[in-house]
Amino acid sequence: MTYEPVIGLEVHVQLKTRSKMFTRAAAGYGFPENTLTDPVVLALPGTLPVMNKEALDKIVRAGLMLGCEIAPVCKWDRKNYFYPDSPKNYQISQYDQPICRGGRVEIELPGAARNIMGEHRHVALTRIHLEEDVGKLNHGDGDSLIDFNRAGTPLMEIVSEPVIASADEAFAYLTALKAVMIYGGISDCDMEKGQLRCDANISIRPAGSAGLGTKVELKNLNSFAFVRDGIAHEIRRQIAVVQAGGKVAQETRDYDGQTGESQSLRSKEMAHDYRYFPDPDLMPVEVGEAWKAEVRATCPELPFDKQRRLQKDYAVPYTITSVLVPDRELCDFFEEAARLCGKPQAAGNWIANDLLRELGSAKAGLAQSKVRPAHVAGLVRLVEEGVILSNAAKEVFIDMFQTGEMPEAVVARKGLRAETNLDEIERWCAEAIAANPKSVADFKGGKDSAINAFKGPVMKAAKGRADPKRVDETLRRLLAV
Amino acid sequence: MAEDILHSTISELSGRLGRGEISSVELMGAVIARTKEVDGRVRAFNSFDEADALSQARASDKRRGAAKVAGVNVGPLEGIPIGMKDVISVAGQPLTASSRMLENFVSPYDATATRKLKAAGAICWGRLNLDEFAMGSSTENSAFHTTCNPWDLGRVPGGSSGGSAAAVASGEATASLGSDTGGSIRQPAALCGVVGLKPSYGRVSRYGLIAFASSLDQIGPFARSVGDAASVLGAIAGHDPRDSTSVRMDVPDYGRGMADLAKSGRRWRLGIPKEYFGEGLDPEVGAAVQSAIGEYRRMGCEIREVSLPHTRYAVGAYYIIATAECSSNLARYDGVRYGHRSKDATDALDIYFKSRAEGFGAEVKRRIILGTYVLSSGYYDAFYLRAQKVRTLIRRDFLEAYREVDAIVTPTSPTPAFPKGDKTSNPLAMYLNDIYTIGVNLAGLPGISIPCGFTRAGLPIGLQVIGQPFKETELLAVAAAYEAATDWGSRHPNL
Repeated sequence: MTYEPVIGLEVHVQLKTRSKMFTRAAAGYGFPENTLTDPVVLALPGTLPVMNKEALDKIVRAGLMLGCEIAPVCKWDRKNYFYPDSPKNYQISQYDQPICRGGRVEIELPGAARNIMGEHRHVALTRIHLEEDVGKLNHGDGDSLIDFNRAGTPLMEIVSEPVIASADEAFAYLTALKAVMIYGGISDCDMEKGQLRCDANISIRPAGSAGLGTKVELKNLNSFAFVRDGIAHEIRRQIAVVQAGGKVAQETRDYDGQTGESQSLRSKEMAHDYRYFPDPDLMPVEVGEAWKAEVRATCPELPFDKQRRLQKDYAVPYTITSVLVPDRELCDFFEEAARLCGKPQAAGNWIANDLLRELGSAKAGLAQSKVRPAHVAGLVRLVEEGVILSNAAKEVFIDMFQTGEMPEAVVARKGLRAETNLDEIERWCAEAIAANPKSVADFKGGKDSAINAFKGPVMKAAKGRADPKRVDETLRRLLAV
Repeated sequence: MAEDILHSTISELSGRLGRGEISSVELMGAVIARTKEVDGRVRAFNSFDEADALSQARASDKRRGAAKVAGVNVGPLEGIPIGMKDVISVAGQPLTASSRMLENFVSPYDATATRKLKAAGAICWGRLNLDEFAMGSSTENSAFHTTCNPWDLGRVPGGSSGGSAAAVASGEATASLGSDTGGSIRQPAALCGVVGLKPSYGRVSRYGLIAFASSLDQIGPFARSVGDAASVLGAIAGHDPRDSTSVRMDVPDYGRGMADLAKSGRRWRLGIPKEYFGEGLDPEVGAAVQSAIGEYRRMGCEIREVSLPHTRYAVGAYYIIATAECSSNLARYDGVRYGHRSKDATDALDIYFKSRAEGFGAEVKRRIILGTYVLSSGYYDAFYLRAQKVRTLIRRDFLEAYREVDAIVTPTSPTPAFPKGDKTSNPLAMYLNDIYTIGVNLAGLPGISIPCGFTRAGLPIGLQVIGQPFKETELLAVAAAYEAATDWGSRHPNL
């Protein structure tokens, strides 16, 4: 019998807000331990939470971008459990009334090759709710210390329906979700900083059947690749269990990306009773139509919509758009450059290839780039008008990247303007022919490649600024005499 | 001089301070001397910081002097010592909740009520005893000691704010702050013969008040007159961005509002709920309350019988909601970040179990266990959800009654102060002490207890007046009208 997996993902995404979810203490990463705290974060006696409106704005934006239904009221519940990283020993969360319900994430499955667009489909969402993050335990020798900097950071939990059919789909889902979050300015989704965390619920069933098998929750998936590998491993493990005549146990397992192995953390019997109840410290907040309309006005175009539009409006190929689209600023950069020069494909090539390569080797972001859309557009125009040759253009680009000078200035400074004086080219060609009678004889004797022997001296005389095609034509004309 | 300073009202003292007859340092000094003299017997205080209080008094005298030079007025609380229940945070002072759990905890921040009192020029004075985490009606649940009723040291002062009530009654503070979750201001005010006001839920910020039951807790004043209670309320009330349950409503000038209402000669319609005069009401208390109602009738008020039919469910609903909330609110006392940590604990789980076992007293544990139970999976609907529905019905009862009357008059407590140890072995009997006060918290209403007589044995009796939501001015005016017609408040305990 063949089996098919059924996967649902629970993704936690930290919201990019200035302050924490329920207090004015700053939210951030990489600060000295326990500096981003205040009496509320530490749950000192008598302190009270107050909702951060920016966080609610951001989750509503996320919900609207993903087509969720937004609840008319934002209601808060307490999830009660004891753990040393949780200062109040309850987490403020949303239980029966998540702020977002339904919705879907458009994903792109892997194509037949890297440069071929894959199939698109939608992954349905169950809900998205808002809660607060916990602190971090640092275990030393015989001692455990707690850093509460992360405690109270706004955290969004995005729960998908169990409709993901493979490890690759899970990877595609996370990639697409991350792009939406980045587009919306909702989160940077940097997994290394814990801004995005993923748990996977995995079960298998006989291929083509409708029911759901016993699910296993896989935790500690620390990168997109580990999510994919961990899921693939778990699917294989479950199939092996079933094929050996066993039964999959409902449990939570920990996946170790380094070893590629998983082990059981706890079984179903150890499940918590969280004793949820409405948080009496927080009044429900009404999210009215006017509020939603205001947030909707700030929702950007979705990544895949942008990709389709770029391909349609600018006729740029998938190979370019697939590079541009994950980065919203890069797309804006491209559109500005395309508008300035009217040559979207050429502009796209410069940005997707040269600019990204230079930024990569300089380990810089687009914001730090001295090359702006006007530089790219100017360069495209110079090449298009034959003012410079393509090999010179490459040199101009690298120079612009370092100096920030406009391409015209670089061309002038470096004397890279293409030689357009035909008399001059003719004179260099004639001199080269006169200086090399042997090759003249070879050429005339039928050895066509002998013509190359003249080109070096010509290009040298032209300091590289002569159009190779024109040089070739001129040489042949003169040699034919 | 000392004796009359010690039993003067805020308004009298404010006048004397303004005229330069006394200084705040003299006033504070007299209060400190009195506290040192009597608190060994009354035991209202967990601790007090004499040097800090005098330094606040000096600062107040300096402010008053500067204001005089500048020709500006100071507020009525300038330089007045106001005692603080030991659940209201004062920066740099202990905050114990009368619990071993917080025995050595010093709070680094001011509660909003504290900040506002300081801004009004008041001196935040001492840490007043209570039932541990405000759970109780006698201060016998304090982990440190039981406060004594100044009128009979063998009896309890009521609770949970017993220290706050006793301090005002015994001259150890001119006024004080307490907190009221099910009667914790009004009941001890009644038992100690002082005025105690619980404002409408949301009128005063809870930021910096150690939470017992968040949806019921409210800070309020103890004072020697209704007018004094109004002055303190005026200082501490108002919306607070740090407490989202505090309401965005302007704070009226309560004193002026009361005066205007008194001048207008308004004929109050007062409701007498029949459910509050049934079984369990001490005959002497019942008689005193009936005679107070007669006094109102003589004043020209219209007295009507009203019905609050869901009253008998109030205690049950209260003990479900309050314990559910406290089980979660007290989870933070775990020995990890602050507070008591067991010396015997070996790992994280052990820290929880042992620290909480050692740090909490029996009543606190009883309520945490009850609350944990009622919130448990499978029991939530039957208990918590149903209690919330009862709560809605109780509020509806009151609002229905207020279609006919302006305020409701009842006894505050079914009995006068009872002897220490009388009810400690019977939690249910203790819980029933709050039978007349709990409904007010469940409905979020303002309520006040004012002295309305004494038993033959000389124990004070309290009259409760219950107002409409956020109509504290009317409530205070009704209470002040009775106060003006009687002189119960002028008696002081002999200590």
